[in-house]
Amino acid sequence: MLSEQAKQEILASLKKYHDKRSAVMDAVRIAQKENGGHVVKRDMEEIAEILEMQPVEVNAAAAFYTMYRIDKPVGRHHIQVCRNISCSLMGAEHIIKHLERSLGIKTGETTTDHRITLSTVECLGSCGTAPMMQVNDEYYENLTEAKIDELLKKMA
Amino acid sequence: MEKVLLKNLGKPGSHTLANYVASGGYKAFSTALKMKPDNIIQMVKDSGLRGRGGAGFSTGLKWSFIPKDPTLQKYLCCNADEGEPGTFKDRGIIDHDPHLLIEGMAISCYAIGASKSYIYIRGEFVFGAERLQEAIDEAYANGYLGKNIQGSGFDLDMYVHRGFGAYICGEETALLESIEGYRAQPRKKPPFPALAGLYGKPTVINNVETLSCIPAIVEKGPEWFSKMGPVKSPGPKIYCVSGHVKKPGLYELPMGTTARDIIYNHCGGMLRDGKPLKAFIPGGVSAPLLMPADLDTPLDFDSLAAKGTMLGSGAVIVMDTSTCMVKTAYIINRFFSHESCGKCTPCRDGTPWLTRILKRIEHGEGRPGDLELLDGVCDNIFGRTFCPLGDGAVMALRGALKNFREEFQYHIDHKRCMVS
Ligand SMILES: Cc1cc2nc3c(=O)[nH]c(=O)nc-3n(C[C@H](O)[C@H](O)[C@H](O)COP(=O)(O)O)c2cc1C
Ligand code: SF4
Ligand code: FES
Repeated sequence: MLSEQAKQEILASLKKYHDKRSAVMDAVRIAQKENGGHVVKRDMEEIAEILEMQPVEVNAAAAFYTMYRIDKPVGRHHIQVCRNISCSLMGAEHIIKHLERSLGIKTGETTTDHRITLSTVECLGSCGTAPMMQVNDEYYENLTEAKIDELLKKMA
Repeated sequence: MEKVLLKNLGKPGSHTLANYVASGGYKAFSTALKMKPDNIIQMVKDSGLRGRGGAGFSTGLKWSFIPKDPTLQKYLCCNADEGEPGTFKDRGIIDHDPHLLIEGMAISCYAIGASKSYIYIRGEFVFGAERLQEAIDEAYANGYLGKNIQGSGFDLDMYVHRGFGAYICGEETALLESIEGYRAQPRKKPPFPALAGLYGKPTVINNVETLSCIPAIVEKGPEWFSKMGPVKSPGPKIYCVSGHVKKPGLYELPMGTTARDIIYNHCGGMLRDGKPLKAFIPGGVSAPLLMPADLDTPLDFDSLAAKGTMLGSGAVIVMDTSTCMVKTAYIINRFFSHESCGKCTPCRDGTPWLTRILKRIEHGEGRPGDLELLDGVCDNIFGRTFCPLGDGAVMALRGALKNFREEFQYHIDHKRCMVS
């Protein structure tokens, strides 16, 4: 169930556009954030109702974009390491291996305590400060193993 | 050189309206509001400004295609999708100088008669999206946006539209589909967005850097702009330098600065002693790579086109001799197949096929004939795709194969890498 606040945010987004369905991207993002990092069918049905769309249309639009995680839960901290060219040149593979070793999971997996999910992503537009990763909404740049160790310690 | 695009990079508090105005900001907008819109379009034409998003189309000319009918709703969409690997310039402007972009957009909207505008920002730029929204709110509160701006009778609304992970949204018609709430697949052209764009209405789509050039053109005059750099692609340009250099980062330099000057002078040279330059990509991963012998090529639209590559987004990716070109080609190709939107068969099926072949060569499982197979698949994709993404994938790979064919062959024959 979407909270009252989420519904208000979606209604505010509607005002930006000529067509209601334009707000679908904002709406699913808001729902995903509220739900702790992934979006569920029930919320998409509610969104469909607000935007006067069919639930399948909401699903089809959202499924196109990689950042919507439809029915794919993530840990509290979602680590996404860039694996594209500039980061690779500066050692992204080492960073990924180091994280896999430290967390005891493989890329794509979540720790059993649901604390951390590890993923790789394509270029995040931070190539001059490679290697880099994103944890939830934050960027961490010029990564080294030591920096990562520090960061992991702080992730409750 | 006096910087205009990155002048506020690294200055604390540069993103606030107060500091922007204190350093002369929004003066160009006030000047513009007293001009005839057509005169601004002419000014931008005279400046010689060409789009910084990749294609290098004349900005003034693009604006002049917008119908003059005042009863028609028109839109400006700023392309801040910044997805081309190696590119991080628009983020630099948005994070440090959001009002520069807003002022550039406001002047542009006035020139084309648009009363509504959107900034399409990629989903990962959460900080940037919030920063832009704060700056937009400030601009409304101080009378730079909204109704009857500075008593001119001109109304303008500006909104942030956040993407959510899809490189193809940077293609201008896919971007429009995305704002309309659909899957971001490119549209057929014609009709061009200038006649039927967002919600079927006349629309201009311009890159962040392009729009950020506008205030300086109005303030300093078109000659100031057109006299900088090459005659046919003038003005300041932000080069995004990444990879094996001592000082990677953003460099605002006259268009047409050579790669040699950028790498060895501005960026302090190659990263590691004893590891000289092997190759560099001049304009993002869609641009075919260049060799050390090409270091003196001016990095501008026409000089790079003459070399069979392109300026693209201005992303200079530098690779030293420790770089495996097979791996590089694999990573770049994997990106394209990951980002293929699936609308047309040659790209949807062809790019993953290329990736599979490159993957097995990279992992020491290449087969005799694989290089010819790559050539053949490339031929079947190139020129047959609905949008330039598929062609970009092929051009990048062909460039690597042309210059480093023996390295690919070595991988196949010896089942291991030549350099590591
Ligand atoms: C696959 C693809 C991706 C693109 N990505 C971007 C992008 O991230 N940012 C951008 O400004 N232009 C991008 N473009 C170019 C746009 O389609 C369009 O030409 C540009 O935004 C026009 O603005 P300009 O004239 O100011 O350059 C892309 C084009 C293609 C084909
Ligand atoms: S070339 Fe690729 S990205 Fe472009 S329309 Fe075809 S499938 Fe989509
Ligand atoms: S390549 Fe990693 S952020 Fe661009």
